[in-house]
Amino acid sequence: MIIDHPLLGPRDAAEFTYLGDATLINRPDPAAPDAADGFYEYLYLRDNPAGEHNELWYHEQGDRAWLVVSRNTLTHEITKVELARDVALRLGRDR
Amino acid sequence: MSQINRIKGGLIDRSQKLEFRFNGRVFHGHQGDTLASALLANGQRLVGRSFKYHRPRGIFTAGSEEPNALVQLRSGAFQEPNTRATVAQLFDGLEATSQNHIGSLDFDLMAAVDLMSPFLSAGFYYKTFMWPKAFWEKLYEPIIRKSAGLGSLSMREDPDVYDKGFLHCDILIIGAGPAGLSAALSAGRAGVRVILADEDFVLGGRLNSETFVVDGQPGGDWAARALAELASLPNVRIMARTTIWGAYDHGVFGALERRTDHLAQSAGHPRQILWRVTAKRSILAAGSIERPIAFGNNDRPGIMLAGAVRTYVNRFGVAPGKQVTVFTNNDDGWRTATDLAQKGVRISAIVDSRDIAPLTSLPDAEIVMGGRVVDTAGRKGISTCTLANGQKIKTDCLAVSGGWSPNVHLTCHQRGRPEWQSDIAAFVPGQNLPANMAVVGTANGLLTLGEALRSGHQIAEGTVSDLGFTAARHSAPVADNEASGVSAFWYVGESRKRAWLDFQNDVTVKDVKLAYAEGFRSVEHLKRYTTLGMATDQGKTANIPALAIMAECTGKTIPETGTTIFRPPYTPVPIGALAGRSRGKDFRPYRLTPSHKWAKQNGASFVEVGNWLRAQWYARAGEKGWRNSVDREVTMTRNSVGICDVTTLGKIDIQGRDAAQFLNRVYTNAFLKLPVGRVRYGLMLREDGIAYDDGTTARLGENHYVMTTTTANAGLVFQRLEFARQCLFPGLDVHLISVTDGWAQFAIAGPNSRKLVQKVVDGLDMSNEAFPFMACAETTVFGGTKARLFRISFSGEMAYEIAVPARLGNSMMQGLMEAGAKFDAVAYGTEALGVMRIEKGHAAGNELNGQTTALDLGLGGFMSKKKDYIGKTLSERAELTHEDAMRLVGFRPVERSKPLVAGAHFIAQGQEANTENDEGWMSSVAFSPTLGHSIGLGFIRRGHVRMGEVVTAYSPARGGNIAVEIVSPHFIDPEGGRQRG
Repeated sequence: MIIDHPLLGPRDAAEFTYLGDATLINRPDPAAPDAADGFYEYLYLRDNPAGEHNELWYHEQGDRAWLVVSRNTLTHEITKVELARDVALRLGRDR
Repeated sequence: MSQINRIKGGLIDRSQKLEFRFNGRVFHGHQGDTLASALLANGQRLVGRSFKYHRPRGIFTAGSEEPNALVQLRSGAFQEPNTRATVAQLFDGLEATSQNHIGSLDFDLMAAVDLMSPFLSAGFYYKTFMWPKAFWEKLYEPIIRKSAGLGSLSMREDPDVYDKGFLHCDILIIGAGPAGLSAALSAGRAGVRVILADEDFVLGGRLNSETFVVDGQPGGDWAARALAELASLPNVRIMARTTIWGAYDHGVFGALERRTDHLAQSAGHPRQILWRVTAKRSILAAGSIERPIAFGNNDRPGIMLAGAVRTYVNRFGVAPGKQVTVFTNNDDGWRTATDLAQKGVRISAIVDSRDIAPLTSLPDAEIVMGGRVVDTAGRKGISTCTLANGQKIKTDCLAVSGGWSPNVHLTCHQRGRPEWQSDIAAFVPGQNLPANMAVVGTANGLLTLGEALRSGHQIAEGTVSDLGFTAARHSAPVADNEASGVSAFWYVGESRKRAWLDFQNDVTVKDVKLAYAEGFRSVEHLKRYTTLGMATDQGKTANIPALAIMAECTGKTIPETGTTIFRPPYTPVPIGALAGRSRGKDFRPYRLTPSHKWAKQNGASFVEVGNWLRAQWYARAGEKGWRNSVDREVTMTRNSVGICDVTTLGKIDIQGRDAAQFLNRVYTNAFLKLPVGRVRYGLMLREDGIAYDDGTTARLGENHYVMTTTTANAGLVFQRLEFARQCLFPGLDVHLISVTDGWAQFAIAGPNSRKLVQKVVDGLDMSNEAFPFMACAETTVFGGTKARLFRISFSGEMAYEIAVPARLGNSMMQGLMEAGAKFDAVAYGTEALGVMRIEKGHAAGNELNGQTTALDLGLGGFMSKKKDYIGKTLSERAELTHEDAMRLVGFRPVERSKPLVAGAHFIAQGQEANTENDEGWMSSVAFSPTLGHSIGLGFIRRGHVRMGEVVTAYSPARGGNIAVEIVSPHFIDPEGGRQRG
């Protein structure tokens, strides 16, 4: 596969390591009253969609950026690639 | 015997006579021959024995689809089994042997198996060798493997070199036959970057095998001119002997280029190169594969595909027989008769299954329309064939054509499903091709030459403008559309004898019918039950006829019955090519520590730790075995001073205004108030609350920290920190860089360490007041060498670590040893390091094993209650904090002379040793030279409140039971006076 890195352009997937579902960005609020349940779901419950999937890839053999890659798990078509940091900031994780 | 079947013509160089051996006999051929064509030229029809029944088999095709003619090439360590003789280019000195027979090829002792064939039908092994179960491994399997083997491996290391490489292009054209060449001309002339790859060593595809005319020139000449033009274009790369064997996502293709397979010796060059080709577009021009018709005894040597017979006659100047019979269901088969007749080869008969008017007439040749071949005779090769009307025809070569199947292989690699096209009775590529692939020529079901040339031209022009280039103004090459009528005909129902479908795996028409009768009706089940299409040729000639027979059984149409799809590789790819240069130590290279040279000169034995090679111990003259050396290194360190290269620990430079905040979130313990010039131990958890890694972090400046990690986790911790930085805390101003390889770091431990460090550090006050335990500083050593100094201890002794730029590491080691000579300083390796950390009770990899919590490790005090950190919430789960949890404690044998065993499980004394009574395990053991007996660290339930209790350490596999006493994990200096002193 070829991943179109937002900063470095198209790169071979072999340069990356794969983590999984991009919901791992949404670390729950540890101060919430139901934090334990939140962390349980965050850590163990994931969707496994046949189709569009947002997932985390790490450019280990490159600039060490974490990317959010939107990939169709059936066709491997990649429709969007963003810096995970940008996604996290957009989700309000700036503190 | 000289080349008795050689006739005039062909693309061989008769001025170059090549000598080769087949089964030890000397033969001759010419440059441009394949092993198959050279064997046929010499009248050698029998070339191997079949897989299951040991039937005599000959050359069946002229290409990579060959099911029969598998041979072993070369000898010694170069021995190469299961090579298709039809694609092995002949060279002077080639040695080939036939496979799968016991005794000689002519008199295979296993041929008797064929007499047992009534018992060996589909599913025979499944049905027969089921019981008794114990017989399978010892008796059945070895016998079956021996009798049903293919070639054998040399069992020696392959002396050849294999390489890997990357290629990029705008358009990859797969196949250099008429359609591929036509496409390449259009694309090449337009200026796009083209790779034109073909598995053959002479490009041109069927143009070299036929007597076609293109643009008014003989087809082969046209192909040669086209190739010469392409070779002159700087934007075109022509790759002969290169198989595109896999189509992967996003335009990535696997290609195997055979660089020296056709030479006697590789002479230092890579034998084969595995390319990863990335192409914006691909044009598949893979041609088509002729398929046989099944009839009784259709597997005898001398029975060949009709198109292959034309290839041998037209391209190689070889007549595969002197009296040739053609059996066909299509117009194409007739061209074999006319081409051969033109070359003076006698045609005995043309048998066409269709009830139509004869296409032509040939003098001497009998023409049988609506005819069928039901049986053949001839012990080691065909001598007669019998028709359905009872007529016997004398023939030494039977050319069979059941029509042509487009080569859809690569279109299926991303689950594309071929579609049935009834007018040509064949599957063609379906709608869901790999992205950006187009198919041209006969591969797309366009079975005539004129169409193939036109489609190649047209598709390439479209692709070129798609890519934003302007197509060059030239018209498509022109050729007539030859007669290509076909009428589906798969097998001769009147045959009473076995009729083969899959030659390599010996699957017959009867086997397919039996599979159906036994309920295996899906194509996938049929395949697995009969092994049809599962041999090294992957059923290239067999799958479609078998599917047609299955369709007939079920009363469905062929498209309703379905088809199997293909997966990579198209043809076998040697493991050596997949490995490339990653062999032996290069498979997983290790890094050398900065002081490696010094260590080697000083008697070190080495061990792989993580991806490093570290000194394990340094043997001195007179020491008997490793324990002597390790005991000495520990004792000398604890008595005076020892030096160890600890460069391999991960080092991460952390800078930024929010660096402290960042550390505070990734470590369990507080980091906000660590002063500049101080070091702190830190523990990391996984988000699920399990302990992950530990190390120290030094604050070198206001916004500058340097973290150490364990050797094994250096890369992973860095990755996790980047995840935390970018994904979890993107608002923090913090930056990370790995400096593990930048600094050589040495531990200097022992009561004399301060004196030694004072000697090498430039003018820094080393007194306990000025530079206490857990202090750090940036300084210089040995008169100006940049260095970092840390007062940290893993051994429990007063200890320092000094880091210098990595390139100075070896001199540093040497300098430290020289400066320490008056204190009798000793270099110690990883074993002594391990012994001392066990004596001190520090957790390492054996304890941080991904199952243990901070509480288990006795590090509960490092879990801050005042802040959040990664892993905090889930570390508070009841399951991880209950009363009965494991605790890390020390163990010593009640009978002190006994050695402890790591991995032993703890059972209360007098209890039965079973899982229910299992209370924990021993994680690390060592002989303590300081204490004079074996000591261990381990986890046991409520260990911290069971001091002094005696339990059984149970290790049935490694030495039985031993009584051990639970003690503090800190075997030496539990108060820590030494390291603070």
